Amino acid sequence: MSITLGAVVKGGTSLDYKTGSWRDQRPVIHEDLCKACGQCEMVCPDSAVYVVDEVYVIDYDYCKGCGLCAYECPTEAIEMVPEEK
Amino acid sequence: MNHIKVVEGSEAVALAVKACRPQVISAYPISPQTHIVEWLAKMIADGELETEYVRVESEFSAASVISGASATASRSYTASSSQGLLLMTEVLYASAGLRLPFVITGVNRALSAPISIQVDHQDTISLRDSGVIQFYVESSQEVYDTHIAAFKVAEDQGILLPVMVCMDGWILTHSYERVSFMEQEEVDSFLPPFQPVNFLDVNDPKTWGSYAEDDVLMEFKYAIHEAMQYAKGRIKEIFSELAMVTGRDHGGLIEAYRTEGAEVILMAMGSMVGTVKDAVDEIRSEGKKVGLVKIRCYRPFPFEDIWNAIRGAKVVGVMEANFSMGSEGAVGMDLKAKLCGRPDAPLVLDFITGLGGREVNKKTVGQIVQKAEEVLNSGLPLPESHWVDLNPAILQ
Amino acid sequence: MSIPQIARKEALFTSGHRACHGCGIALAVRHILKATGKNVIVVTPTGCLETFSSPYGYSPWGVPWIHHLFENGPSVASGVAAALKAQKQDSIRVLVIAGDGSTFDIGFGAISGMLERGDDVLYICTDNGAYMNTGGQRSGASPTYSSTTTDPAGKESLGKTQMMKNLPAIVAAHGAPYVATASVAFLKDLQKKVKKAMKSRGPHYLQIDTPCPSGWGFPPERTLEIGRIGIDCGLVPIFEMENGKITSARKIKKQIPVTDYLKAQTRFKHLFSADRGVDQLAELQLIADENIEKYELMS
Repeated sequence: MSITLGAVVKGGTSLDYKTGSWRDQRPVIHEDLCKACGQCEMVCPDSAVYVVDEVYVIDYDYCKGCGLCAYECPTEAIEMVPEEK
Repeated sequence: MNHIKVVEGSEAVALAVKACRPQVISAYPISPQTHIVEWLAKMIADGELETEYVRVESEFSAASVISGASATASRSYTASSSQGLLLMTEVLYASAGLRLPFVITGVNRALSAPISIQVDHQDTISLRDSGVIQFYVESSQEVYDTHIAAFKVAEDQGILLPVMVCMDGWILTHSYERVSFMEQEEVDSFLPPFQPVNFLDVNDPKTWGSYAEDDVLMEFKYAIHEAMQYAKGRIKEIFSELAMVTGRDHGGLIEAYRTEGAEVILMAMGSMVGTVKDAVDEIRSEGKKVGLVKIRCYRPFPFEDIWNAIRGAKVVGVMEANFSMGSEGAVGMDLKAKLCGRPDAPLVLDFITGLGGREVNKKTVGQIVQKAEEVLNSGLPLPESHWVDLNPAILQ
Repeated sequence: MSIPQIARKEALFTSGHRACHGCGIALAVRHILKATGKNVIVVTPTGCLETFSSPYGYSPWGVPWIHHLFENGPSVASGVAAALKAQKQDSIRVLVIAGDGSTFDIGFGAISGMLERGDDVLYICTDNGAYMNTGGQRSGASPTYSSTTTDPAGKESLGKTQMMKNLPAIVAAHGAPYVATASVAFLKDLQKKVKKAMKSRGPHYLQIDTPCPSGWGFPPERTLEIGRIGIDCGLVPIFEMENGKITSARKIKKQIPVTDYLKAQTRFKHLFSADRGVDQLAELQLIADENIEKYELMS
């Protein structure tokens, strides 16, 4: 990419870099166990959990597989499974 | 119409800065700059200047405060000297890289150690690589006019770099001269409000200060070099524009003083120029063809203009109050680098004068001209930098 | 655009940044900005946050953000605040989000100046107890007896011997009206404290314990748990100080021994080999007990 004046960059451009490629394990949300408490969305350092009509969804484009969502889920509704290449 | 007052050089600076309506001023004291920030503080305390005056805890913060202010679209200013300028060196490089414009007065003073508060140019010369534009002035009038031009230069959308106006400590800051001041309307008309290209804007959030990998860093640095090259022409235009308003023309990037037909041309900057001009007049009246190139803009280095002034001469005697330890004087090096390879280039002799406030007077100039002629007549090899008026008797 | 796509674009600190798995700082920043909203300018000195959030061309920041140098976060912020004041922009606020290296060490003079002047800046220190960005060198915030790369445990050393600099007390001594500590273990509390700090003008300080999986040596999914254990053993007191007096503290329901906290991190493992660290463990327990008494942490 060409340079900008003073190396100033528009905000939000990190979305061009999909950190999902960092994963070696991925979270899977078992909807039957999920109570929609929102903890997973709260604790994700990468903003990779979204809620769509009270259904919690992992954004696999950016999820790094750190496991915080699974560890903090009060109903153990999230399972970390090995990432398949 | 201008009005005239006898003022201390520092007050002339303060009045110039005041007229430019800075929104943020940071202040930290260091001799011999302190009077400038004190004048500004008094103006604010008396309700004559509306600005945010930040009393910082170090020069590092002084430069940092105005960097933050500039990034937030405010015109900003500070002043420093010597050790303080060195302390803010890191900030100046970074702000040049981020293309943040502001104006700093660099009051020239020798660098420790040993500690000295006398004048020389080592401090501002040490910053010559930073990307900060540097002007050097000869008189209080020039310091006033140059500060006003400096804001316009810094904020020019093709430049966007910090600008340092260098003035000799004590000699200019603490002496009293007649200065002619512009009307506020004239300044406002010459210098409209600051219009940044980028700024920290909640409605258009941008990120400043990214880190650059090896595939782009060189280009970012080159962009600063390009801006400085562009600045050469633009600075001259801005100086001319101001001269049209004030009726005072201090020259462009240089002033060529009696260089026509000169065989020996001296080169100098700062307040010593006044002395050199007097000496040139005397020597000319005795029949010798000498002249002077006064450097007004040192960075970017105005080689094209210098070349036009010196091309006919046989020898250029660079008089400079700085020394790059382990090599020679900086200005001499700049000139020689540009002349290298030109078959018609004059000889360049480097004279180290006035370090730590050692007096530079007409006699000094006479000695320098004599030395230049001696070398010219005796031919190569050229001597090393000549330390003028050095006292070898007290060396160990 | 799908809802995730919209949410990503609207997030004030979005995805795609290069923080380590489970990074406490990234989590803290998300919640800081949730609490402040978009009308803030953020200054970040060099450090983990700066590096993982600003490779050229890839920025997660949905607010205007500036990284200048390592030691001038507070003074750049003072300049931004001065400019906003000059422009009479009352609704835009200034934050510094800085690491402990910058806050406790190299930027210490600058923060002191900012506090003494009373500049309108909310200074948030994300504390991971070392210069983690560059591999974990010791800082003034490194806990006593932690092993860092410039003060490592070895045959003749058990790591850092000095006490942690007490930045909250130092800041409060400058007269800052609101000083608080928080933790990523309690995110709602973190948000509450940010909002409280924003309610009034002037310099405020919030120090957030941000456990660091990479640097402290624990699995990334345990970031919040390590934070909780640190609080519950008394080594990481969570409190608020207003005008120099402690006005609130997060109570510990059941005190747990410091060894639970220390054993869980490899940066303290040297204290558990043979009998080497027995005295040091006792010292650390004493520090925890003193904190509990001083901040009245037991419920």
